[in-house]
Amino acid sequence: MLRFVRSANVKTMQPELFSAEHIEELWQILWPATLDTLYMVGYSSLFSIIFGTLIGIILFITSNEVLCKQNIFTSITNKVLGLIVNIGRSIPFIILIIAAAPLTRLIVGTFIGTEAAAVSLTIAAIPFVARLTESTFAGLDKGVIEASVACGASLPQTIFKVLIPETLPVLILNYTVAIVNLIGFSAMAGVIGGGGLGDVALRFGLQRFRTDMLFGTVILLVLIVQIFQIAGNFLAKITDKR
Amino acid sequence: MIDIKNLHKTYVSDGQKVEALKGLDVRIESGEIFGFIGLSGAGKTSLVRCISTLESVTDGEIFIDGVDLTKQKGSDLRALRKKFGLVFQHFNLLMNSTVYKNVEFPMKIAKIPKHVRHKRILELLELVGLSDKSDAYPARLSGGQKQRVGIARALAADPKFVICDEATSALDPATTMSILHLIKDINKKMGVTFIVITHEMHVIKEICTKVAIMEDGKIIEHGDVIDMLVWPKTETARQFFKTADINLNHAAYEISRQTPGKIIKATFIGNNAPDPYICTVIKRFDVDVAILGGHIQEINETIIGILIIKISGSDDAVEAAIAYLNETIEKTEVISA
Ligand SMILES: Nc1ncnc2c1ncn2[C@@H]1O[C@H](COP(=O)(O)OP(=O)(O)OP(=O)(O)O)[C@@H](O)[C@H]1O
Ligand SMILES: [Mg+2]
Repeated sequence: MLRFVRSANVKTMQPELFSAEHIEELWQILWPATLDTLYMVGYSSLFSIIFGTLIGIILFITSNEVLCKQNIFTSITNKVLGLIVNIGRSIPFIILIIAAAPLTRLIVGTFIGTEAAAVSLTIAAIPFVARLTESTFAGLDKGVIEASVACGASLPQTIFKVLIPETLPVLILNYTVAIVNLIGFSAMAGVIGGGGLGDVALRFGLQRFRTDMLFGTVILLVLIVQIFQIAGNFLAKITDKR
Repeated sequence: MIDIKNLHKTYVSDGQKVEALKGLDVRIESGEIFGFIGLSGAGKTSLVRCISTLESVTDGEIFIDGVDLTKQKGSDLRALRKKFGLVFQHFNLLMNSTVYKNVEFPMKIAKIPKHVRHKRILELLELVGLSDKSDAYPARLSGGQKQRVGIARALAADPKFVICDEATSALDPATTMSILHLIKDINKKMGVTFIVITHEMHVIKEICTKVAIMEDGKIIEHGDVIDMLVWPKTETARQFFKTADINLNHAAYEISRQTPGKIIKATFIGNNAPDPYICTVIKRFDVDVAILGGHIQEINETIIGILIIKISGSDDAVEAAIAYLNETIEKTEVISA
């Protein structure tokens, strides 16, 4: 913050604010960065929601007596998976990015760049989404699950016809929270050359005292977060008939 | 037919053992409306959860048309579950699905083809009186309407047995009556066997043909509703049927005390009006009869009348009159000399 104020006073290489060249210059840096951010957030959201939900479902059913007969196997699965999720959630993202390098390399062939950053973000968000999903399911009245099981529904039928549709609005809201978190996390992707708006804010805004760049990235990030949140709220609302 | 033999259910939670069912035997014939009544904690819910396989059985056997369901697993078990429809106290409807979809759910599970489903859903909604609510979501329905959806859903996959656990306990008295009549109606029209769990005697009196009284994880008395009402064997049964009974009220007793004589409670079963017997008593024996109280109710299409009368006269005449009543009507009790 201190640096930010100083940079505003120094006014180094501050071009005419609304001149065409200035806007053009901003655009040439901010637009690709925006695309990078959207790329990272888009992919990591998609895959972390898929895998996180899957793990959340496993966490939920391995501790639910009605859905699945509890035995040593389910209880061990639940404990081990729960532990992994907790570990995943407690490692700071900046460390995780580096720790995940070997895995990232395995998946996209390199551990630097936007794609690699998307993989790291996905790995970071999966445990979070898993817990959100599990707690969403836990919030569903267990009588509804019993009604389904008592009809003779199989486990997949109960998951896809009851568990998910009945909690869909809450799931959507929780996924929105996860996506917004990912937008924040993506700012750190610069560390491994992932680019994106956060990276621009760091490299131009803070390190080169470009207050205009800094503002530009902040405005764009706020806009992206707003769009996702509004879309999430809207989807949650139209799917909620309760 | 459901035949339950020596059923035990023990819950283990946090190392604590709770014996909810302690060797329960009962047989439920097809076509009946079989009521289970008992105080809170008697094990009623545990029993139906064992029958509907939501809970595993600790020991004992449950035969459904000859097949022991405690020995079934996987798809055989799921197939057996389709013989049951469940109606819950708190409805347990899919809140994010329309009434139509809720009723359709068990049929989809049972893989009933779409055109058959559609026809049947319309019939069922008609039956429960919700034809106009087909596209409504449960959140917009009243408690009674939700329970009607619950009943339609329970019937959807053409079950042989419908189990209602406290199905009317969350409803007001008028709605309760309409739901009870609906159950009775369905039982008559479709021949579905109902198992009704309740802690309210009037539910039993209103619709059940058979009743079992549960206490402390066991059935302490069971049989025909009318038999148990008139000739209860256990104190618990007597307590439950108290509301169906009438007792000499205090004022009537005070008035009758002023003259000598015996107070008799006479119970009539069947459609004979009680009056001719009283007339006969007065005509045939040299006694006076005063009526202190009485009521008539209908249970399972059978009229049950209870009359409290006071017979006075010479000791011999009173004795003879009582002996006559004893012979001619279902039950005569001397409740005060
Ligand atoms: N899941 C459970 N874990 C442990 N104990 C249980 C469980 N369910 C029921 N019990 C115990 O089993 C006994 C019988 O309970 P149950 O619910 O069958 O009674 P009920 O007759 O249905 O009572 P109510 O009229 O209150 O519904 C009670 O002592 C109860 O505490
Ligand atoms: Mg109960």
